[in-house]
Amino acid sequence: MNDNNLLEVRGLKMHFPTHQGFLWNRKKGFIYAVDGVDFSIRKGETLGLVGESGCGKSTTLRAIAQLYKPTAGEVVLKGQELTKASKQDLLAARKNMQVVFQDPYASLNPRMTTGSIIAEPLRIFKQRGLLDISDKEMDARAEQLMERVGLSRFFKNRYPHEFSGGQRQRIGIARALALKPELVLCDEPVSALDVSIQAQILNLFKDLQEEFGLTYLFIAHDLSVIQYISDRVAVMYLGVIVETAKSSELYKSPMHPYTQALLSAAPIPDPKIERKRQRIILTGDVPSPDKARTGCYFYDRCSKRMDKCRDNLPRLKDSGPDHQVACFLYHEPD
Amino acid sequence: MTDDVILQVKDLKTYFKLDEGLLKAVDGVSFDLRKGETLGIVGESGSGKSVTNLAVMKLIPVPPGRIAGGEVLFQGKDLLKMPDDEIRTIRGNKISMIFQDPMTSLNPFLRISTQMIETIVLHQGMNKKDAKDKSIEMLKLAGIPSPEKRIDSYPHQFSGGMRQRVMIAMALSCNPEVLIADEPTTALDVTIQAQILELIKDLTARLGTAVILITHSLGVVAGMCDNINVMYAGRIVERGTADEIFGDPKHPYTQGLIKSVPRLDKATQQRLFSIKGQPPNVINLPDCCPFYPRCDRALDICKIKYPATAELSKGRNVACWLYSEGK
Ligand SMILES: Nc1ncnc2c1ncn2[C@@H]1O[C@H](COP(=O)(O)OP(=O)(O)OP(=O)(O)O)[C@@H](O)[C@H]1O
Ligand SMILES: Nc1ncnc2c1ncn2[C@@H]1O[C@H](COP(=O)(O)OP(=O)(O)OP(=O)(O)O)[C@@H](O)[C@H]1O
Ligand SMILES: [Mg+2]
Ligand SMILES: [Mg+2]
Repeated sequence: MNDNNLLEVRGLKMHFPTHQGFLWNRKKGFIYAVDGVDFSIRKGETLGLVGESGCGKSTTLRAIAQLYKPTAGEVVLKGQELTKASKQDLLAARKNMQVVFQDPYASLNPRMTTGSIIAEPLRIFKQRGLLDISDKEMDARAEQLMERVGLSRFFKNRYPHEFSGGQRQRIGIARALALKPELVLCDEPVSALDVSIQAQILNLFKDLQEEFGLTYLFIAHDLSVIQYISDRVAVMYLGVIVETAKSSELYKSPMHPYTQALLSAAPIPDPKIERKRQRIILTGDVPSPDKARTGCYFYDRCSKRMDKCRDNLPRLKDSGPDHQVACFLYHEPD
Repeated sequence: MTDDVILQVKDLKTYFKLDEGLLKAVDGVSFDLRKGETLGIVGESGSGKSVTNLAVMKLIPVPPGRIAGGEVLFQGKDLLKMPDDEIRTIRGNKISMIFQDPMTSLNPFLRISTQMIETIVLHQGMNKKDAKDKSIEMLKLAGIPSPEKRIDSYPHQFSGGMRQRVMIAMALSCNPEVLIADEPTTALDVTIQAQILELIKDLTARLGTAVILITHSLGVVAGMCDNINVMYAGRIVERGTADEIFGDPKHPYTQGLIKSVPRLDKATQQRLFSIKGQPPNVINLPDCCPFYPRCDRALDICKIKYPATAELSKGRNVACWLYSEGK
């Protein structure tokens, strides 16, 4: 393990069993949601994770957080392998790794007040004897966190359903920060926010990073948000990572045809530019993650596909300084 | 011209009675929606965008909520005065809605197929077999891979964006006259977002469906909308065409909003601009301009009186003392 890496993910796979049909003609299959993902995040760095809806980003994040038991692979946080860790060790590791969930509606307990939701991680750690904090301190900390994410502390006795979508998302962010973790796994943390609060929260994420040396895995669909927040970016397609690079490099010279299509589809907030834009429109059916594959996963929709792409699986390979791509346009099959 | 208007919202007010006081979530919102028009609603989180549209569909939870005034005329009839069984035949049919939170309209315990088929059978009187085919076709249009295999899944087996697309497929399946789309593409990546937006554009072009599009993505608004309403603290503070709002924003809040967007086509900023201060606490809000504590150009009058709306040209309004008469 490289000492600079806070998190290393190796060969991570998450396959969900599926059932189809009823009783007698029941067939069993798998959704290959995450199908062999490797990456690492250095201490104090932000890795952006982008990719098509349904390509396995949230599943990757959940498998890292050990909310799912991965089918295969290793997740190493600060030198500790988590997939084989005991319950007690896992709990201790959670102090260093918190999650901001994609769905602010489903992830907040509707029967708890905002203040107690935010203080919940503190309370759990206190109960298990892992944290020494008084109730008063806990309260104060919750209030402080609320203000930090732009929610008035007068709202602390309100319930989640009394908040708008964006306000709920900020409750989730405050909760994730309560334990002062080193690694924060963020699943679409700002997509429910309007741009002015989004700017505040993104700046907040950056400030906290400077202040406490936080490390982020940051999932977002908004490519300009990813560009702003990330040091490096990983592009995912159908369960695998197809390209990673330094953020500036990826936006300047995307290599994988999927990355190119993705960047060309990003909307630009200017009606005059929007009317004139040329997009790379992806044609062909979106392949389903329920088949194990032998060739390139992007084959069906790729405008630059070659024969060799059908039967050989491209692997991530170095293709420039701090730039890796899995595509036979840049290297030959093994 | 006016007979093109399909939905007319007049002075709509929706209040919530909370322990801390009265929350005027929507406080006098008016706008017209024309056939074939795509109207964007943007504005701060918590400014009342969703509540406005829930009120239009009479879906406000009562209590704590209450529609405190106003009219919503759909084809000349006031939806707010309509009996519940009549409005149910319109909702999800002539006016359909994509909700911000997919899980409020998807039942976690029922298969996606069951839910889609039920809706289609109810509103379009199809038989179950046809309704299933239609559901599969709509899911395919919404970019769900192998829909025939996956339609029998439960909602939690779908990713966030896939759930959102199920709702979109349901909302579009009934060829609505008005489509209210509340953050329809927030959970989608940009390529699928582009595909969904094309679907909506196609609906407008084919059937003249009028669309209310609520979104935080100013990029989406720029690409989709003819006209834009900007909301702040329960009111519309500025309106105009997309070109006017982006090219020449007038209200200091709109100006701040547009400046806060991170942009791909510009060099990376060191730090994003963000409007100073916090969003207002709208409970027991006095009659001032709610934006004044955050406004760089606030005048004395802003602290004591809400600005009258100034009409700069036809359809171009701003509620700000900098532009109002009689300051
Ligand atoms: N609990 C589950 N059971 C079965 N399949 C699942 C489960 N969770 C996720 N999946 C499937 O795994 C795939 C990846 O889902 P995931 O939620 O990771 O996507 P995502 O990249 O986060 O997408 P989005 O951007 O839409 O949130 C999808 O095909 C999804 O249907
Ligand atoms: N059921 C409810 N009970 C109490 N207050 C509510 C309820 N629903 C909404 N509100 C309040 O009404 C105000 C407007 O909420 P609304 O959901 O319309 O905001 P929004 O503009 O859609 O924001 P976002 O962009 O974050 O979705 C908020 O202050 C919110 O807290
Ligand atoms: Mg997800
Ligand atoms: Mg909303």
